Amino acid sequence: MTTLPNQTEKKLGLVIDLDICVGCHACVTACKGWNTENYGAPLADKDAYGAEPVGSFLNRIHSFEVQPETGPAQLIHFPKSCLHCEDAPCVTVCPTGASYKRTEDGIVLVNETDCIGCGLCAWACPYGAREMDPVEKVMKKCTLCVDRIYNDNLPEEDRQPACVRTCPSNARHFGDLGDPGSDVSKLVAARGGVDLMPEQGTKPVNQYLPPRPKDEEIDVLAPFLAPVTEDPKGFLGWLGKTLERLG
Amino acid sequence: MTQQPQIDTSPHVSDEVRKTTCYMCACRCGINVHMKDGPDGKRQAAYIEGNRDHPVNRGVLCAKGSAGIMQVNAPSRLRAPMKRTGPRGSGTFEEISWDEAYDIAASWLKPLRETAPEKLAFFTGRDQSQSFTSYWAQAFGTPNYAAHGGFCSVNMAAAGIYTMGGAFWEFGQPDWERTKLFMLFGVAEDHDSNPIKMGLGRLKARGARVIGVNPIRTGYNAVADNWVGITPGTDGLFILSLIHCLLKAGKVDLDYLARYTNAACLVNEDPASPEFGLILKDDDGRDLVWDRKEKRPRCFDKPDVTPDLSGSWRNAGYSHRTVFQHIAEKYLSDDFAPEAVAETCGIPAKRIHELAALIAHTAFEEAIEIDQPWTDFRGVKHDKMIGRPVSFHAMRGISAHSNGFQTCRALHLLQILLGSVEVPGGFRFKPPYPKPATIHPKPHYGVKPGQPLDGPHLGFVHGPDDLALKDDGTPARIDKAFSWDNPMSAHGLMHMVISNAHAGDPYKIDTLFLYMANMAWNSSMNTAGTMKMLTDTDESGEYVIPRIIYSDAYSSEMVAYADLILPDTTYLERHDCISLLDRPISEAEAAADAIRWPVVEPDRNVKGFQSALCDLGAKLGLPGFVNDDGSQKYADYGDYIQSHERKPGIGPLAGFRGAGGTKGGRGDPNPDQIKAYIDNGGFWLSHIPQEAQFFKPWNMAYQNWAVDLGLFDKPSPYIFSLWSEPMRRFQLAAEGHGDRQPPEHLRQRIRDTMDPLPIWYPPFEDTLVDTAEYPIHALTQRPMAMYHSWGSQNAWLRQIHGRNPLYVPTRIWQENGFTDGDWGKLTSAHGTITVPVAHMAALNENTVWTWNAIGKRKGAWALDKDAPEATRGFLLNHLIHELLPPKGDGLRWSNSDPITGQAAWFDLRVKIERVAAPAEAQPAFPPIKSPVPKAPANVTQKVRQ
Repeated sequence: MTTLPNQTEKKLGLVIDLDICVGCHACVTACKGWNTENYGAPLADKDAYGAEPVGSFLNRIHSFEVQPETGPAQLIHFPKSCLHCEDAPCVTVCPTGASYKRTEDGIVLVNETDCIGCGLCAWACPYGAREMDPVEKVMKKCTLCVDRIYNDNLPEEDRQPACVRTCPSNARHFGDLGDPGSDVSKLVAARGGVDLMPEQGTKPVNQYLPPRPKDEEIDVLAPFLAPVTEDPKGFLGWLGKTLERLG
Repeated sequence: MTQQPQIDTSPHVSDEVRKTTCYMCACRCGINVHMKDGPDGKRQAAYIEGNRDHPVNRGVLCAKGSAGIMQVNAPSRLRAPMKRTGPRGSGTFEEISWDEAYDIAASWLKPLRETAPEKLAFFTGRDQSQSFTSYWAQAFGTPNYAAHGGFCSVNMAAAGIYTMGGAFWEFGQPDWERTKLFMLFGVAEDHDSNPIKMGLGRLKARGARVIGVNPIRTGYNAVADNWVGITPGTDGLFILSLIHCLLKAGKVDLDYLARYTNAACLVNEDPASPEFGLILKDDDGRDLVWDRKEKRPRCFDKPDVTPDLSGSWRNAGYSHRTVFQHIAEKYLSDDFAPEAVAETCGIPAKRIHELAALIAHTAFEEAIEIDQPWTDFRGVKHDKMIGRPVSFHAMRGISAHSNGFQTCRALHLLQILLGSVEVPGGFRFKPPYPKPATIHPKPHYGVKPGQPLDGPHLGFVHGPDDLALKDDGTPARIDKAFSWDNPMSAHGLMHMVISNAHAGDPYKIDTLFLYMANMAWNSSMNTAGTMKMLTDTDESGEYVIPRIIYSDAYSSEMVAYADLILPDTTYLERHDCISLLDRPISEAEAAADAIRWPVVEPDRNVKGFQSALCDLGAKLGLPGFVNDDGSQKYADYGDYIQSHERKPGIGPLAGFRGAGGTKGGRGDPNPDQIKAYIDNGGFWLSHIPQEAQFFKPWNMAYQNWAVDLGLFDKPSPYIFSLWSEPMRRFQLAAEGHGDRQPPEHLRQRIRDTMDPLPIWYPPFEDTLVDTAEYPIHALTQRPMAMYHSWGSQNAWLRQIHGRNPLYVPTRIWQENGFTDGDWGKLTSAHGTITVPVAHMAALNENTVWTWNAIGKRKGAWALDKDAPEATRGFLLNHLIHELLPPKGDGLRWSNSDPITGQAAWFDLRVKIERVAAPAEAQPAFPPIKSPVPKAPANVTQKVRQ
């Protein structure tokens, strides 16, 4: 058993806007590209060109359909990675202390040298956000790009997670959700951000902004356009008069 | 609590960043390639991210771009030139030297050039070097050259250029900053990719409304505020109904139409006149408008002219009426009332009324004014810029139909009636556009053995006189481009080349030379038939298509069908220019171009295809490729990019020209130009002055800026062609006027389809097959994370899109009793496939679809033969024929738009039934022998542990 810090100085996390995520998977491969090259073992791909390729990814997109009571069905794209929970069951279940939550920023990490690959943490995570590397057999999870966000070798503007930096539609935001004055906290407040599966009691740091209502009646000042004339031959008359006015 | 581990939060990122241009799709984003020295000391590409300074992507990058590492390291990369040693299609090759490859190619091509250059057909698929490849083909002297536009989206490009002097995507974009209503028609998830995602993000942040018109609700349509799940092939009718509503309510921009379009031009009304339906001209052939004040026809560009939309005039016994009166008469007809089109389009009439009202409200009640004076081409000074903040974007979904050209024209008519082109909040051109169709070249096809062609192959025709016909009236080109079959085929018809060459119609060829075009698989209609044509032999046992040369970087399905392979490099190993002479990367506010350069040196015996053409061109002694002493002119493509001049001072790259690289646009070649691009992040950009940012076709500040930059030689203002005279000239010929007459079998079709105003007619397949037997429409889309066939070899991307079920809407799903895991047999008039099905509710109720080009042939792309792409993946292509069903007249009718020849992929009609699951998707083909070694089992990408 591993203990969680009583509290963390910051609550760094992601805010993901489901209203604008187009499901392009840009975040998925940007994450894989950075993280295979950096923190810990590479993110391997087993049977990479074969019948059942299985690779470890720290971030995936799931797409599912929603059928509202009225109106056409909708397709929601749902990116999912570790939510860096305040009450992270993946940490408390870890038998070796390899999984831990950082006191300074709340990031949940796996210390790979202590990881025995038992998989208990993945079992404990209600979000399925941890993946066992199929080759290295160590547990892999989102690091919130801990090796980018403080990295003095990167320009200031690039000190953000790779998924946030690459997102073409600006659906991903990074910041301190423990600071009510931060941009991400304000965004969550403005858009009614929600916890994922709050009933699990994990207190996730990452927040999701729900999709705005879609396919509502189009409400304009003049709902239907009025014809300039009811007389089928009257259009030219209207045209002449209008052109006179234009001069 | 245990001690928290100390970790290095500032690790070394990379040893060097090299900035070049992505090629994981056609978007051409700027990328930072982070290089690291590996354990062996070799500097390798380690990580790819977007370039923040780049005008296309401003730092972001899509899934494909970030997975570029897996493309550069793909096991499917070809390793050396190869000659075929087994039968065609077997995949049996012997690796050879470049010298031997060039010797073989020259031994085939040199005799052709000296006797019959047209017997070489040179077509390029994934092309961004058309300005160069066409130059090579022109020097060779064959008329048979084109790129892939004919089977892609030529309707969109040609309709835009003929109508308004520019088109969507590369040539224009919505005003993302200011638009308040954005309608997206028939766009899958590419063309373009990141700029649309970035734009949608900006619109959402501002609360602007996004409307998606598409039978399928994925991707961009999934985030649209409103989804219009239209029936495929009916977009034109829907758009004309919107136009009907707007016209009826007077919600059109009369002032804009009078000033900037040919709406006030006078059309000859007399059926007996040889000018019937043409626009009245002055003695210099310039368009005349009716002048409201002077009550007489006057040239459209007179400084004090007041063009009148309602004028009419009788002269020399012929009466004339304005274009606008024709527009009003045509579209006010009840045929276009929402109630009349609703059922055909699958959109309730109420919804069409609502959308028309929303468009009108946004355009006219929420107009934008920018406090920026400007002067138009008539010398009229305007103290502000008025904008209609409604913008549109469309792509293959509306254009890949046999009614696609007219549908694209209809969309442009809608934009222009609203006054929303080249205004704030509307649609904006990107340099070198706007450019009137009349200053583009016309097609050239003059062949003389041993000589170059008499001019550029492709261009814009303006009437029957410009067609590429031989003296006997038969098509001059193997693809029949610019013939009566499809007169305005500005991009050629790549999808007809193999079929026509096999049939010897209009003539036989000797050598087929293809570049990155997977014609033996997902880039052809009738894939199995195409494979047969490529391997078919005549009575003497020779191949019907005698010789095939192919260049590709990877072990694609097409490789097996070639006799000689010229292995290309990956995109990080090569020079390229993304040129203003070709398909540029400009923005609405700036001209821009870019390069690729070898950020990684190839570790195989491969060569950029364009460099190979420099070598081969020199070996053949082609003019432009040899010096006066006969020596090779360009050492490689990089040398060409830097030193070639198309005309004095104008070269492939506009930036850093002249001594010291100080000139932009015009300037002498600079031997350090590529280095200057590299130092500048891989691109060059020149901003358009504030005064010149809108109203570009008519804005003298823009026209003068464009001349200074070398985009034109003189200011070229023009008015938009709502009434298309080129089309009317073809129609007039079909009505019996003029010396150059269409063949009888095409006469009625030309009369019916070449209407000078946009019309809608049902897709041809609807009228040629029994729609009761084949009630379902079938489409493909390209996913955002995969591009063409190039993605499936990518170890990361194939884990995202390794499978492509046929998505079936709820009603059809239920009617057939489908359940999860089922298979369906999908049948068209042409063929049958048996494939896995999946339910999807957010889909037009009469439409099924799948992802494009996921299915693979066993043995290709270095994938295992039991990879899901090869066992469960499938192509819809098997159901689509390159010819329409026979009409009993013995003629071969191309499955294409009758105006441009665009491949009508999306006309497809099918029926479906539930069947027992076969062992694998049908039809299945025997494996081809892989010309590359087996791929490794696992990938663990990390340059430095």
